[in-house]
This record gives sequence, structure tokens and C-alpha cells, in this order.
Amino acid sequence: MTDQAVSELKSRAIRPKLSRDDWVMRGFILAIGAWLVVTLLLPLYSMLSKSLESKDGAFVGLGNYIEYFSTPALFYSINNSFFIAIVSTLITISLATVFAFILARSCIPGKAVFKGIALLPLLAPSLLPGISFVYLFGRQGVLKGLLGDYSIYGPIGIVMGEVFYTFPHALMILIAAFSIADARMYEAAVALRTSRIRTFFTVTLPGIKYGLISAIFVVFTLVITDFGIPKVIGGQYNVLATDIYKQVIGQQNFEMGAVVSVVLLIPAILAFAVDRFVQRKQVAMLTARAVPYEPKPHALLDKIFFVYCLIISLMIVGIIGMAGFASFVSFWPYNLELSLKNYNFDLMDGGGWSSFYNSLKMAAYTAVFGTIVIFTGAYMVEKANGFKIVRGIIQFLCMIPMAVPGMVLGLAYIFFFNSPSNPLGFIYGTMPILVIVTIAHFYTVSHLTAMTALKQIDPEFETVSASLKVPFFRTFLRVTVPVCMPAILDISIYLFVNAMTTVSAVIFLYSSDTTLASVAALNMDDAGDVAPAAAMCMVIVATSATVRVLHALLTRGLSRRTQAWRQR
Amino acid sequence: MKSRKLKTTFLGVLGVAFAATAFANIASAATELTVYTAVEAEDLKKYAKRFNEDHPDIKINWVRDSTGIVTAKLLAEKENPQADVVWGLAATSLMLLGEEGMLEPYSPNGVEKLDPKFRDKNNPTTWTGMDAWVASICYNTVEAEKAGLPVPTSWKDLTKPVYKNQVIMPNPNSSGTGFLDVSSWLQLFGEEGGWQYMDQLHDNIARYTHSGSKPCKLAAAGEIPIGISFAFRAAKSKAQGAPLEIIIPTEGVGWDMEATAIIKGSKNMEAAKTLVDWSITKKANEMYNEGYAVVAYPGVAKPVEHFPPQVGSAMIDNDFAWAAKNRDRILKEWQERYDSKSEAKN
Repeated sequence: MTDQAVSELKSRAIRPKLSRDDWVMRGFILAIGAWLVVTLLLPLYSMLSKSLESKDGAFVGLGNYIEYFSTPALFYSINNSFFIAIVSTLITISLATVFAFILARSCIPGKAVFKGIALLPLLAPSLLPGISFVYLFGRQGVLKGLLGDYSIYGPIGIVMGEVFYTFPHALMILIAAFSIADARMYEAAVALRTSRIRTFFTVTLPGIKYGLISAIFVVFTLVITDFGIPKVIGGQYNVLATDIYKQVIGQQNFEMGAVVSVVLLIPAILAFAVDRFVQRKQVAMLTARAVPYEPKPHALLDKIFFVYCLIISLMIVGIIGMAGFASFVSFWPYNLELSLKNYNFDLMDGGGWSSFYNSLKMAAYTAVFGTIVIFTGAYMVEKANGFKIVRGIIQFLCMIPMAVPGMVLGLAYIFFFNSPSNPLGFIYGTMPILVIVTIAHFYTVSHLTAMTALKQIDPEFETVSASLKVPFFRTFLRVTVPVCMPAILDISIYLFVNAMTTVSAVIFLYSSDTTLASVAALNMDDAGDVAPAAAMCMVIVATSATVRVLHALLTRGLSRRTQAWRQR
Repeated sequence: MKSRKLKTTFLGVLGVAFAATAFANIASAATELTVYTAVEAEDLKKYAKRFNEDHPDIKINWVRDSTGIVTAKLLAEKENPQADVVWGLAATSLMLLGEEGMLEPYSPNGVEKLDPKFRDKNNPTTWTGMDAWVASICYNTVEAEKAGLPVPTSWKDLTKPVYKNQVIMPNPNSSGTGFLDVSSWLQLFGEEGGWQYMDQLHDNIARYTHSGSKPCKLAAAGEIPIGISFAFRAAKSKAQGAPLEIIIPTEGVGWDMEATAIIKGSKNMEAAKTLVDWSITKKANEMYNEGYAVVAYPGVAKPVEHFPPQVGSAMIDNDFAWAAKNRDRILKEWQERYDSKSEAKN
């Protein structure tokens, strides 16, 4: 209470001098808001409003919803969706929390390698685990015995695929949460002779609470909206996301597809509510007086930690390695002769190597423009004074993309941007629309990463700068950006690799000049050319991995310059 | 409409950011046609090349994807169509677009030479067929032998208890091929007999897939001994070295065709008509025949390697109008009977 009163007093006292800054920041906030409205809200409205229309466009109120909710199959889908999402979330979060803890707070060797491997699934198109799992656990699979009598084509396959796919997402947020800690808390714990376990529950866990809850909802929503994995490996196990696929692609019933999409938005709204609630309680971890935490070695624990990381890394490498092997096989499983011919993409589907170059370009644009838009947006939302309602709305808008299946977003872009009355129609069928839709699609996790980093910086930095009459953008460029450099680079790499692998939204939006590698891989698989599809996936993985390594080198260089304050 | 100001700001930002890319795409020279298609990508270069032998002045820009995606994209673009021509999409999809008033009525030169089955009944026609796309059973000889399965010769054979959990078919709610199968059984065995047949078949189905080509691909990869799919995919997998037998069930098989149409409102109407005229020529049909055993132009078809020779005569007298009219009802019924039971069997 008193703190709040003090800060209110402070801001009241200095407000007049800050007015120009305030106006500039509000201008930025409105610009970000406008961006989100145009690239997200209006397109989604043009799609989701169809849920209230009949096939010929007449308004039917809730008629479609009533029809949908009276189908018995729906309840199976809802049950299945929640079951898969809860199980996958539990597994992913437990595995990722421990992994992130080890990477951030222990002294095991090879941390960089483990982190690199753990983030590999991000680099892989969702087709890749699909191909791998079939080769590993299918009827002809090399590890089929492990599943006993169970089939990979069903809930088991879906959960395995989802854990593989969401693990790095959770890990990214959790590492960000773990990596900023105030060593003074731990010193106090040691001084008070608190046991390690007690310290973990009273200092460590509360410190990552915000990140943990974000991670849980990110994973949960990713799983519940993903249709790629259930479609490839789920057999006939129906989930809500495949129901959308059936309606939209199978039956061209956009109205019913919109109904299911709206149903899928509910978890996101829930996520937002919880997020708001937790956030209100979050206090800045890194006060201006904080002392960075530095892990100390522990012989036994470090050994256990190492083995844990090794096992998880081997599994990830195994899954990707299987797809790598698949890309060299002539005809699985009847002709296991190895050859390089599957990499000759110009002889195959989807635009050959030119698709690959398009993907590369698209990913680079997405990384650069996306990071600028998203980080600046997050900064303005987090650090501006007043304007609470607008900031709240923006915060809410940022959570939506997570809950929208890419397929729905892609169609929404057609309805909105291809409408003859839209002055932005000229971007339809071009590279920019692919970049914009990809930024919109992957907005949430990037935004959450930025917020996690920003929240950990004490607002005192701004207050001090303000009282020294330093304009906010100087503080932004001189303090915030350098302090958050690891998070900023993480966001850009996240956008890059996702742009390389994304399929579901862009599949509706590419034109003959902008074919993409990920779509090409999907279409090769569709045409029965599994090995070339695996080969294209491997090229995508290799490219993103190279970019990641460059990124790691860059991060190290930059860390030395921008993160030196973290060491004592 | 949102405030114009926002849009102007947005435009400005975009303009600076992306001007170079955006405008690079606008520059062009000869007549370019945007052609949407679901034809196998490896055939597209060939199709364009043969067409350009006769019409070098028209450049084809392909937009290719699977049938479901292309159909959804076309329908979503209805307000402002981007395609000039659709060349190689399921006729049932084109009929759907026709109902939405999206097709330009145009009888291409020489349309009367085509087999009447392969053209729109209206005059002028809105679409013309290219080749038939025939249902069939993909039978993996190696896996069938391992499991001790006899060779099925008819649809009814597949309901025998010996095939329990050895058959995969596409879900008609997700896949046009799946619907093709279901509607053909209803036509072959009658409404009641058809559902009875599917009840029995359902007991033997290991699982339903979302894609129509998947059952055959799974059979080719040994993931299941028997996949209900279509002959073209089967022949292709066989050519790649899969131990597949392509079985045309004796009762007859459902079929759809790949077809061509002009999208209403095309800004390149002359070029579009030239392309569609060419697409029904004898030369074009000979080209289709390189991959498909049954084509629209009578007397052209030669046997295709790996394709069962009797495929043409096994095609049922498919009533597309009936299938289209009853589609919603059939899919609903199917879903209630088989889709709610979503436990995966192994």
C-alpha cells in the first residue's frame, strides 16, 4: 500500500516534466494497437463472424452453435482435446522445468550443447516427428517393441509428438525465468541455514512463478490448437483442431469451422485471465540493487543433472536423426539402400530450391521486423504510464494468436486482405503478407518472452532516468535493450525458425512466386515422396541450426559487452 | 470500417518496409495466367511445357496444393478471385464453385468431341473433364503374406473377419476420396445395403485417415496390408518400388475426374479461353494419358503401366448430382455411425 502511494506520489510529482515522453509512448502504443487490430483482430473478425452466418451469408444468430453443440461427436472431441492437452502439458512442463533449472542454475559441463539440442525441435517442421515416429514406432518401426500392443496412431503418438514440439517453447520461457535471480536471496537463505529443498520451494519457485504459469498456458494452448500432429499421427482420434480441418478442408464449411475456432478461443481467454491475475502479484525480481546469482558446483547433483540432460538430448537427437536417416533411404522399408537423390529438389514438388530461398527470405524479414514490432510493443505496454485500458486491450490482443490455429488465421487473411474493399489488398499474394501473417501467428510467445525479460527489470531504472531528465528512448536504447539483449536475440531466432517451419497459415497465402520450403515438404509427403519430404525437413533443420549457431556466437559476443554486469 | 488514419499509418509503415519486394512482383511482360491446380507437382512442368509448344505467348503461374486446400482457397477468395483458370481439380469441387456462381460459362472449341460423362451437362459448359480418378484397393503383398491374408477381389470381401484391423480408409468428412468411396457404396448397394456394408466394414477398419492418398501410402510403406485409396496413387507407389497390388473390386468403383474451368471475372479472358481450348485437345488428352488410364477424349487412352487394364469398364455410373445433393446428410450419418467412436484400435 505505502509503496504504491509513494510511487503514485512520485509519478504525480514528475508527470508534467514527462509529458512529451508520455505522448511519444502513447503514440507508440496506439501504433502497436493499430498493427494488432489490422493484422489480427480485423482478419479474425472477418473469419469468425461467419460462425453467425448461414452458407449463403445470412445472419443466423447462434444457429450454427446450437447445431454444433447438438452433435454427440463434439463431446468426444472436447474430451480428447483436453485429455491430450493436459497430459502433454504435465509431461512437457515437468521435463522442461527441470531442464531449464539445470541449465540456468547448475554447473554441469556442456550446457550450451544441451540447450542447443533441446531447442532443436523448434527447427523442425511438424511433419518431421510424424515421419520419425512412423519409422520408429509404426508397424515396420525399429523400436516398435517399446509400445507393446499399443499403436502409435492415436493418443500416444499425439502426446509424444506434442511433447517433442512444445518442449522448446516451454524451455525458452522457463530459462528466461530462471536466469534472472537475485543472489542476495540465496545468500540470505544460506545465512539462515535454510535447506536446499526449502530454498527451492521458498525462493526459486516463487521467483519463476510468472514464467512457469506462462509456460503452462503456452504449452496447453499450443497443444489444444495444433492440428498438424493429430492429423499426421492421430489416426481417427478426434480433437477440436482436426474438427476444424474436417469442416474447412474436408467439407469447405467455413461457418462450422468458425464455430469450432471460437470454441478453441475459450482456453486462450482463460489463459489471459489467469495471466492477468498472476501478473498483478508479480514484483520485479531484478531490483536496481540486485546481485546476479552465480551457480556453484555440487559433485553428486551435477552428475545426476548431467545424465538427465543427456537422456533428453539423446531422445531429441534420435527423433531428428531418424528423419535424417529416412531422407537417405531409397524406399522405406523395402529398399533400404542409401542415396543422395532425395535432395535433388528441383526434380520434385513445390518449386524446388527456389522454395527454400523464399523461405529463407521470409524468415529473415520475419525475424527482423517481428522482433522490432514485438519488443517495442512489449516495452511500451510494460513501461508506459497511464493509458491502462489501451494497454490492457493490447495485452489481451497479444494473447490471441496463440489460441488461433494457423489454418484459421490463413483463411482469415484471405477474407480480410483479399476483400475488394480493403485498401491493403495489394499485399495479397506477395512476400509481405507471408511475413505479416507469420509475425501475427507467433506473436504470443515472443511477446511473453519480452514481457518476462522486461518485468524483471526494476521500474526504478525508468524512474531514475526520468528524474535525471533522460528521455525514455535513451533509457530504452542504453539500458533496456542491452539488458534484454539475450531475450531480444531469443525472440528473433524464435521468429526465424518458426517462419522456416510454419505451414498452417501460409499454405493459404503463398503464390506462384512465393512458394515455401515447409509447404513443399508437406506436399512431397502428400504425394507419397516421404524420403524427399524428410530431406527437405532436414535442409530446414540444418539451415535453422546454422543460424542458431551464428546466433549463439553473436550472443556470446554481445553478452560479453552487454551482460558483464551479471558477473561479480 | 476502421478509421482511415490507422490504415494510412499502417500503409506507410508497410510501404517503407516492403516496397521493394511488393513492386518487384507487379512487373511483368507477356500474358500471364494464374492457374490453380491440384495436379501432382511433378506433372506441372510438363503440362506447361506442352501447352507452351503451341502457345508460347502465355505464361502459366501455377498455384498448386492438395484438393481440399485449393478448393477452400478458391471459395475463400470468392469476393475477389485471384485465379484465372482452374486446371486439374476434382469435378465435384468445380461443381461446388459452379453453384456459388464462380465459374465462367464457356464451351471450349471441340467440347462435343469429349465423352459426355466428362463434361458439364449445361450449355455452354462451365467445366470440362480431363481424366478419371478411380477408387481402388492398395494391397501390400509382403505384409499380407506375413499376416496370412487372402487377396480380396471385391468390396464385400473386405468385410470378412480375416481382415479385422487390416484395412485403412479415408474419413469422408476430411477427404474427397473418402466421400467418393462412401457415395459409391450407397449407389452400388442401395441406401440401406450401403450402410449395412459400411457397418461391417467398420469392424475391420484399423483407422480412418484425413487424407485420401494416405491409405495407399501407408500400404506402400507396410504400415497396413490394405488401403482403400485411388488407382493413380497406387500406380505411382508401385513404380517407386512398393510391393503393391492394385485391386479393382468386381462390384465396380466410384470415381471423380480432374477438370478444368475458367473463373468468372478473369482479367485475362482471351488467354484463359485459349488455355481451356487447348486443355481438351487430343494432344492434351494424350498427355493426361501418360499418368491416367481413363481420359475424357474417346479413343485416346492407351494402357498405363501399373494400372489395371479393366479400370475403365469398372467405373460405376456415378451420379454426381445425387452425391452433391445428399452430401451433408451422408456425412452426418457417417459421422454419427462411425466417427463418434474415436477410441484408437491397434
